[in-house]
Amino acid sequence: MGFQHYKNVEIRGLAACVPKNIEDNRQSQLFSTDDQKKMFIETTGVISRHVIANRDICSSDLCFEAANKLMYELNWKREEIDCLIFVSQTPDYIMPATACILQERLGLSNECFAMDISLGCSGWIYGVSTVAALLQNGYFKKGLLLAGDTSTVTKSKKDKSTYPLFGDCGTATALQYKKGCVGFKAHTATDGKGYKAIYIPHGGFRTFYNSRSSKEIEFPDGNIRTNLHTILDGPTVFTFGISKVPLSISGLLKHFNIDIELIDYFIFHQANKILNEQIRKKLKLPVEKVPYSIEYYGNTSSASIPLTMVTKLKNKLESGNCRLIACGFGVGLSWGTIYFETNNIICPEIIEI
Amino acid sequence: MEKIVVNDFIAKFKDALNADNKEIFLDDKFRDYDEWDSMRYLSVISMLDSEYDVIIEPKEFQKIETVRELIKEVEKRQNK
Repeated sequence: MGFQHYKNVEIRGLAACVPKNIEDNRQSQLFSTDDQKKMFIETTGVISRHVIANRDICSSDLCFEAANKLMYELNWKREEIDCLIFVSQTPDYIMPATACILQERLGLSNECFAMDISLGCSGWIYGVSTVAALLQNGYFKKGLLLAGDTSTVTKSKKDKSTYPLFGDCGTATALQYKKGCVGFKAHTATDGKGYKAIYIPHGGFRTFYNSRSSKEIEFPDGNIRTNLHTILDGPTVFTFGISKVPLSISGLLKHFNIDIELIDYFIFHQANKILNEQIRKKLKLPVEKVPYSIEYYGNTSSASIPLTMVTKLKNKLESGNCRLIACGFGVGLSWGTIYFETNNIICPEIIEI
Repeated sequence: MEKIVVNDFIAKFKDALNADNKEIFLDDKFRDYDEWDSMRYLSVISMLDSEYDVIIEPKEFQKIETVRELIKEVEKRQNK
């Protein structure tokens, strides 16, 4: 079974950066009726989102700002960073790995372990697991996880099933070796059968960019996309979410014998309000233990969990101990849950550029 | 064999559609409703899960045309 326990590693800080440009769904011209717009906002929970204005900002730029701020606040020296993991599906280039570019931009040592992970909604969970695995034996002492996406770039502005749902964000998570601390108890899982539930048909090497790639196609639901835009099969993702996520969380709690009542907060990937609320209700969690950032940031892919923590739990995280469950789920299909504890971590105010 | 109370189901279905004043009949093809869209679809899947503990995969859901067929499918799955 997909359970793991990464010991001796803790989170020391979290930071998030968004573009300052805001798009408000209440002003959107995409919907054919007001009723349709109202229902969209009520169902997804997305009122407005931070969206890059002119393709002038990459995910790595947002992560770079978050990492700089976080290292400064933590008083971490650049040469102390032993590993850098960049989680994104909107990298700078097809090659090389964006983590290599970020190593240089951030002024990290040449002795730094750096690589990219291509995951989205589950990405922060996999990123934390990977950094924790690298740090757990104490050879490496400090690691940076940079997770974020400029998802709006991959969505068609004429597609009301995707464009108004997503927002752009980059985050930085600082992890450190600490002998004896509880670390991360994890459950991770994959179902590649659903790979077409969220995907971009062209532009990779299975179907390389060609003359048909950027041709606009009108779909039966009235949405217009090209083959370089994300297709999102909402109902498939929805049934996946309500089936697998509660089982992943209850399975983790049972496997590690964790009392659900002792958890202070459950931080979920911000998929959409109706899906997240259904998961919350199935697990019988009280509203106050399940924070949301989706209202004013949208679905921010791999940034959603740290973004929710920075925007909704800053004060709690900075002053005292928290027992937390975080769960990411989506594109892949891929999902994962971690249990971890924090103790007075550094959590700077959200950055806007 | 457990039977779903039809009026009860229709009330919940109407609620999921967010269409308070709508008259709903068993033989309605619900996809033809003016209100029907992808958001209502999610809302109905969510209602079936909360109220009847039934998750119908999209592939199976596509085959269901009327309210009557939907009730039948939910009953079938509940009694599995």
